[in-house]
Amino acid sequence: MPLRHWLAAFEPIADDAAVRPLRVGAEDWRRLAEDVAASGGRLLALWGQDATAGRPAVFAAYQTAAGLWIAELVCDAPAVADDPYPGLQDLYPFAGRMQRAIRDLHGLRSTDPDHRPWLRHAPGEAYEFVRVEGDGVHEIPVGPVHAGIIEPGHFRFSVVGEKVLRLEQRLGFAHKGIERRFLEFAALDGSRLAARVSGDSAVAYSWAYCIALESQWGVRIPRRAQWLRALALELERIANHLGDLGALGNDAGFAFGLTQFSRLKEQVLRATEHALGQRYAMDWVVPGGVSRELPPDAATALDRCLAEVGAESVVLRGIYEEHAGVRDRFTGTGAIAPDLAARLGLTGLAGRASGQVQDLRRDLRFPPYEELRPAIGGAVSGDVAARVAVRFDELLESCRLGRRILAQLPGGDLRVAVVAPAPAAFGVGAVEGWRGPVLVALATAAGGRIRRCHPHDPSWQNWPALEHAVIDNIVPDFPLINKSFNLSYSGHDL
Amino acid sequence: MLKTLRQIQRTGIVTEPVPAPDPTLRIRAVLEQRILGILGRALAIRMVDAGSCNGCELEVNALTNPIYNIEGLGVHFVASPRHADLLLVSGPVTTAMRDPLLRVYEATPDPKLVVAIGDCGRDGGVFGCGGPSLGAVANVIPVDVVVPGCPPSPNRLLAGILAALDASAALDVRQEGGGRAE
Ligand code: SF4
Repeated sequence: MPLRHWLAAFEPIADDAAVRPLRVGAEDWRRLAEDVAASGGRLLALWGQDATAGRPAVFAAYQTAAGLWIAELVCDAPAVADDPYPGLQDLYPFAGRMQRAIRDLHGLRSTDPDHRPWLRHAPGEAYEFVRVEGDGVHEIPVGPVHAGIIEPGHFRFSVVGEKVLRLEQRLGFAHKGIERRFLEFAALDGSRLAARVSGDSAVAYSWAYCIALESQWGVRIPRRAQWLRALALELERIANHLGDLGALGNDAGFAFGLTQFSRLKEQVLRATEHALGQRYAMDWVVPGGVSRELPPDAATALDRCLAEVGAESVVLRGIYEEHAGVRDRFTGTGAIAPDLAARLGLTGLAGRASGQVQDLRRDLRFPPYEELRPAIGGAVSGDVAARVAVRFDELLESCRLGRRILAQLPGGDLRVAVVAPAPAAFGVGAVEGWRGPVLVALATAAGGRIRRCHPHDPSWQNWPALEHAVIDNIVPDFPLINKSFNLSYSGHDL
Repeated sequence: MLKTLRQIQRTGIVTEPVPAPDPTLRIRAVLEQRILGILGRALAIRMVDAGSCNGCELEVNALTNPIYNIEGLGVHFVASPRHADLLLVSGPVTTAMRDPLLRVYEATPDPKLVVAIGDCGRDGGVFGCGGPSLGAVANVIPVDVVVPGCPPSPNRLLAGILAALDASAALDVRQEGGGRAE
């Protein structure tokens, strides 16, 4: 069925309208998923709720050519109460883990076959890894505590000699009950927790949270606040790319890259602290706008910093591209071809490096990006080299966007007062963070309380793809491949 | 190669001077002296993320950049707890990380120091304590020093490491080289 068929059923998600998820039956739950997939749309998030939030239900957020659509399948209706709800893993392979998480957190089962726990780690209960049998195959377990300064997670490699036959991830070690914790926050205060779902994407999460809240409460934020939020989001993108580009050089045996990029990153963090008050802008985006005014000289200082970082990054890019050793380690390593990327639903910067050129800053046209018109690029080779190239492109584009924002920053208020209206409501916010699309679905109750909040990280989509990226590569290349994606554990484990 | 060398030359030395007029930067000089005085060799740190949001790790990583240049002070991060003098632990500790954290603690040779970092390492921070969050690092292993902040800045982290060294030195004097009171 063409997507058109559904069009009348969905309410548009505009930035000034509350939205109601479309309630579907089990059959339509499946049919909608098929139609969206067939039309080239994508599943952004899949989450559930139990009786604590009203009725047990599962939700899906789709990005279609007609905008964001939210579907809800109530699971205490007679049709699905005893039976499992229809799984979507055949259409969207990454949905499998989300469905396992829904079962862990809310007890709702899908029809898909894999019911191993995912986020929940029962003490004493052994996790069943898939075993690879064969001559000379052995397993290398790594983690959850890693050698470097990174987040906890477990990787199990099946290898022959140096070659990786299979990687299986076991995540959930950073699961700290974030969704439950939201219920203890007033909706007006929830942006603080949202910002800390994944600390490297604080602006993306707090902004998505605020859109979800402001849209359902009918709050229109000042233009100046929109531009200042975008400034912070681009600074976040710049800082993360700088950090990862340095680490990638280091993992390729080129410590010079780490020294240079970590120095530039520190410059950006200090300029950010001067302008926004924090090195990592955890509490910059707040309901109604942003938290404080830029100090008088901050715009000039920040502009100078971005100009410098941009210019230096161009030089460093040249050095990376000409360095035979670096080029050799990056090229062809950890590749995901475009057709596989499309099938796996690879998203964000990793998706763009594998020919999936999508970016919410362009595709959802939310302010101020409809005015800023960021250039969205991509690559097709899908290897570490492609992800590095996309990071360089996006780093330079963000420096340009940041400088443009500073040059044309609208005047006016920073923030409008926000008061909770009486009735319960629901809203969704989606923002393209540096890693990919970050989505927050938020249901509020009377009195400004939070009834349900689901923050969604693009790492849900990309972790399973990483398992594909390492096949046939050598074990020592894993850190490099892993870093080129740099997926979130905390944002995924919740 | 020429480009690389030119870039190195252009960048020069960016490590912040010791001591600097800013009092927080004096920490560097003191830290360096203490490490030499107490250990007589480099201080080995093992980082354990016991469930953080990754914000704390970003600032720990910053310690290794050429501005803070923690290696230059005689501190290095090691890959195994068996080589560590000090554990740097971020929180909140999750139920799934409780046992791995205990194992790291047990594998670290005595005398060992533990620095819990971040508001979350202190008391669970924004995530609180309940359900799968066990909150403070001290709820799971003994902690010598807490460095609050969300995330704590690199200079605060340096100050925390210094405080842990001082505490251990004081303890050693009192106990004449004995183990740690817990
Ligand atoms: S203290 Fe702040 S930065 Fe550190 S883990 Fe907790 S929320 Fe994240």
